Amino acid sequence: MDDLYREQILEHYKRPHNFGRLDDADLDYEDNNPFCGDEQHVFIKLDGEGRVDEVGFEGKGCAISTAATSMLTDELEGMSREELLQLPKEFVLDLLGIDISATRMKCALLGLKIVKSASLGSAADWDDEGRQGDPSEATRSGI
Amino acid sequence: MEATAVTPGAESLASTPPNTDEIRSQFPILARQQDGRQLAYLDNGATSQKPLAVIETLDRYWREQNANVHRGVYRLSEEATDLYEHARRIVASRMGADRREVVFVRNATEALNLVAYSWGRQNVSEGDRILLTEMEHHSNIVPWYQLAAEKGAELDWIPIDEDGRLDLEAYASLLERQPKLVGVAHVSNVLGTINPIRTITRMAHDAGALVAVDGAQAGPKLPLDMAAIGADFYALTAHKMYGPTGIGVLYGRRELLEDMPPFIGGGSMIRTVRRDEITWADLPAKFEGGTPPIGEAIGLAAAVEWLDTIGLDAAHAHEAQLTAYALERLAEVPGLRIFGPPLGDDRAGIISFELEGAHGHDVAEILDRHAVCVRAGHHCAQVLMDRLGVAATTRVSLAVYNTREEIDRLVDALNDVRRIFELD
Repeated sequence: MDDLYREQILEHYKRPHNFGRLDDADLDYEDNNPFCGDEQHVFIKLDGEGRVDEVGFEGKGCAISTAATSMLTDELEGMSREELLQLPKEFVLDLLGIDISATRMKCALLGLKIVKSASLGSAADWDDEGRQGDPSEATRSGI
Repeated sequence: MEATAVTPGAESLASTPPNTDEIRSQFPILARQQDGRQLAYLDNGATSQKPLAVIETLDRYWREQNANVHRGVYRLSEEATDLYEHARRIVASRMGADRREVVFVRNATEALNLVAYSWGRQNVSEGDRILLTEMEHHSNIVPWYQLAAEKGAELDWIPIDEDGRLDLEAYASLLERQPKLVGVAHVSNVLGTINPIRTITRMAHDAGALVAVDGAQAGPKLPLDMAAIGADFYALTAHKMYGPTGIGVLYGRRELLEDMPPFIGGGSMIRTVRRDEITWADLPAKFEGGTPPIGEAIGLAAAVEWLDTIGLDAAHAHEAQLTAYALERLAEVPGLRIFGPPLGDDRAGIISFELEGAHGHDVAEILDRHAVCVRAGHHCAQVLMDRLGVAATTRVSLAVYNTREEIDRLVDALNDVRRIFELD
């Protein structure tokens, strides 16, 4: 009956994947949703070739933002920082598989924005798809 | 503290509730249907809906009376000027104030910014202190934070207790630090607490501090007798009191306003402008640079007069009864935790809660499917959210046209949230 709160979304909300901080992360970034103040912190460990080896996140948020980031973090292994930066927002929206209203769009895209920001080492735009900055310059921000 | 300090004029607020059907018929938007359901508008703390008396006043002004004020010698401009200044007198009368003490601004935020910029920059210096409360809206925090950062002043915070009331003993201690000003909400926009404003202003004055009161939530609910409240500055916004957006009021005691420099420079606020010398207009024009929101001011006056036809005491009685019912019904919802004081004379119809296992935004989204409008988020009160240890709350805020049936629909919708989120 309820599309937005279908079972898979609620499952990810209640038991988010990759939840928890990585103390030995190579990249990390924390940001919030200006609409509601919800915060998420994403941690990324890279392998010897600079590709994503492990991802973790923590934070408190709504079902949409938590499920979106949970689903997103399942998909990132093996990606380079350049590839992370080029992920389009449709990547997350397709994972969610539901219609997202304009007011909830930032909930859906918060995790992606933070993943890109971690990759970049500074705040990425909400709709950035790789046009901004050189990820090779990114450094691990202070945890 | 004396009990009478809680609600100025509370002794006169025992009255029969008004006829809600009759009141609802004056608000066209309340007939709106969403997905075949009638709108249950429970977000009045964000903005209230507007009665026909206000809508028709605005319509008449734009169709028949519009001209700039204090300029034209033609009759149309004189008429607009008369209406604008009449609006000021109506607001002044409601506040027990002199017309020169009523400055029209955009909203309560602008009113408080005016005080922080004009009075603050003249009177606050390095090492001075400003005392705020943990329950303030950002509009009564940010201007003071900016002022403190610029001047090297310090902010102190009056804590709240577990019931969401100000800790007046802590307040007394903090006053010993001799703050220049106390910034306090008359009614909390999150907790619904009606602060003991007379006690607060008296204690501040005894300690040599001025008081800037954020009256945004009190405006549609409580008597606004400035002398009884003891406010040095008082901020109102029309759109929360059944009036239009874009117009608010700064009340300031006349001797304070006389000594303060202008805030916005431009037309209307000057007496003379020479290349090397400018003199300011008299009050209140000194603080009303540029063409003011004329129609909106007239709309505000219409809203004040409309609320008088209901009667503030009757409106208060209605809200008190509905608040009691809402608190009782919400207490039946498992896992629901209500913030703010229990039912009593210091409890307004603004009810924030957290539903365990469901984020406020998800709650509000599902409630919207039931055509129940509530607010979810930090309510521009992040200092308070930190104090409460939550990221966001869901807030129900009542007005004179709300009904028990709407509260029942709210509770049914909350049970639907519990069903969808499998919170049993």
